[in-house]
Amino acid sequence: MITAERKPFDEILELVEGHKKVLVAGCDTCVAICLTGGEKEAEILASELRMKAEADGREVEVEHTAAIRQCEWEYLDMIAEKVEWADVVLSMACGIGIQSMAEKFEPKLVVPAVNTNMLGMPQEHAVWLERCGACGDCVIGETAGICPVVRCSKSLMNGPCGGSHDGKCEVTGPEKEEIDCAWHLIWERLKAQGREELMYVNRPPKNWSRSSSGGPRKMVREEAKPV
Amino acid sequence: MTENGHKAGSNLEKVLSAGTFAVTGECGPPKSADGGVIEHKAKLLKGYVDAVNITDNQTAVVRVCSLASAVTAQQNGLEAIMQMTCRDRNRLAMQADILGAATLGVKNILCLTGDHLSFGNHPEAKGVHDLDSLNLIRMYKDMRDEKKFQCGEEMTVAPPLYIGCAENPFADPFEFRTLRLKKKIEAGADFMQTQCIFNVPKFKEWMKEVRAMGLHQEIKILAGITPLKGVGGARYMKNFVPGMDVPQEIVDRMAAVEKGPPSHAEGKKLAVEMIKELAEVEGVAGVHIMAVEWEEAVPEIVEMAGLLPRPAVA
Repeated sequence: MITAERKPFDEILELVEGHKKVLVAGCDTCVAICLTGGEKEAEILASELRMKAEADGREVEVEHTAAIRQCEWEYLDMIAEKVEWADVVLSMACGIGIQSMAEKFEPKLVVPAVNTNMLGMPQEHAVWLERCGACGDCVIGETAGICPVVRCSKSLMNGPCGGSHDGKCEVTGPEKEEIDCAWHLIWERLKAQGREELMYVNRPPKNWSRSSSGGPRKMVREEAKPV
Repeated sequence: MTENGHKAGSNLEKVLSAGTFAVTGECGPPKSADGGVIEHKAKLLKGYVDAVNITDNQTAVVRVCSLASAVTAQQNGLEAIMQMTCRDRNRLAMQADILGAATLGVKNILCLTGDHLSFGNHPEAKGVHDLDSLNLIRMYKDMRDEKKFQCGEEMTVAPPLYIGCAENPFADPFEFRTLRLKKKIEAGADFMQTQCIFNVPKFKEWMKEVRAMGLHQEIKILAGITPLKGVGGARYMKNFVPGMDVPQEIVDRMAAVEKGPPSHAEGKKLAVEMIKELAEVEGVAGVHIMAVEWEEAVPEIVEMAGLLPRPAVA
């Protein structure tokens, strides 16, 4: 799933500053599952904005809504009326949903209330870990189901660097927490599978043109197009 | 291949291929446009080492680039081993820089992954890592031997390169470390320098595996030594430098002597003892002395270790 975190409140205030009718628009798919931008979180942010405006003595109307998915045109029709009413839409969807809104309702001002951060999974309740870099050229069939592109801090393709120690990466996370060395995990799991010879071969340079380095990507499924 | 059968014909390559115990040093370029720093360090080391590593934004801190500093060292009579990390350049830049280095007479190159950006002074930068160090070794080998760019296009004049790599025998998983060296040999590495060795027994254990696989016959191995100036440096490396294995007895030995000159003398003595011990290990072809910001200690250490005079090779 796509995960996102709410922006700091002061940054959100700056983005909507000067507008009288603010619509906080949640999205009830990925960002709702990661407890950041679903209808409930949209309602909470709307209340916070109202209370702040009242405390500051500003006259601002704040409403909230949510689309089932902000990233698909048909679901946006369902919230069109509320969007029409607003001066500014504060979207709590991922970057895809925010852009869909901005395109669908152009020239309406649509601004982000969240920072989209990764394609990840909940490792445990309320903890998400990055799992995929959408590089367009998946190698995990040869790396024991562990992605070296995003789980190795240096996106190495040929085993751990010299900074791997006791199964941990030389890099620590933002909270100074330890990060597992992806290549140590790959080595151990390949051994358990009896496939460690996959780590003996020299893997050639990766083709990054299939990732965002190749420019904005487009996918067309001819067979699925309406006839 | 050069006329006399050398790959690059560098001084380092000649010393190693003659079977002479090699000595390399290391110089870190300065954090300013002061060309005098490398000139000074090169003059300190000239005649005491066969070639000197010129680090490439080491610990992810911006410094004078390794290419310019390598040229400065060579202009001052000291052969350079230009370091190149995969952290700051993509494959275009890494090929362009090596062509430029070759046109300016740089022949030794050390291919590295690079310390992560989070350790340095620009932690908000975008890390490149287009290639990894094995890809980099292979790319340079193909440029040299096949006259081919990474994309497969041909060039008219190949860069004569003596290609090096690094390996850390103290990193994990330990059992993969020899395999990783084997992969680097297969990719095309001619010589290898190790991470600083403080845990000599563990290094010997690793070398046993290296010999069992016959790898010491296929690559020239230089054992890494860092002379300690005092107990503070020992503790720092033990606790804060990634991939470093400093046994407690080393820390205790440095702690037992007074700060200043006594501690400096002890650090040099320890380095000399370790060099002598490592030189006896079968498969060790030389020593790489990394006297970080203490280059002036190198001449005395090399002399005390009985490694002078350095060979004059034609």
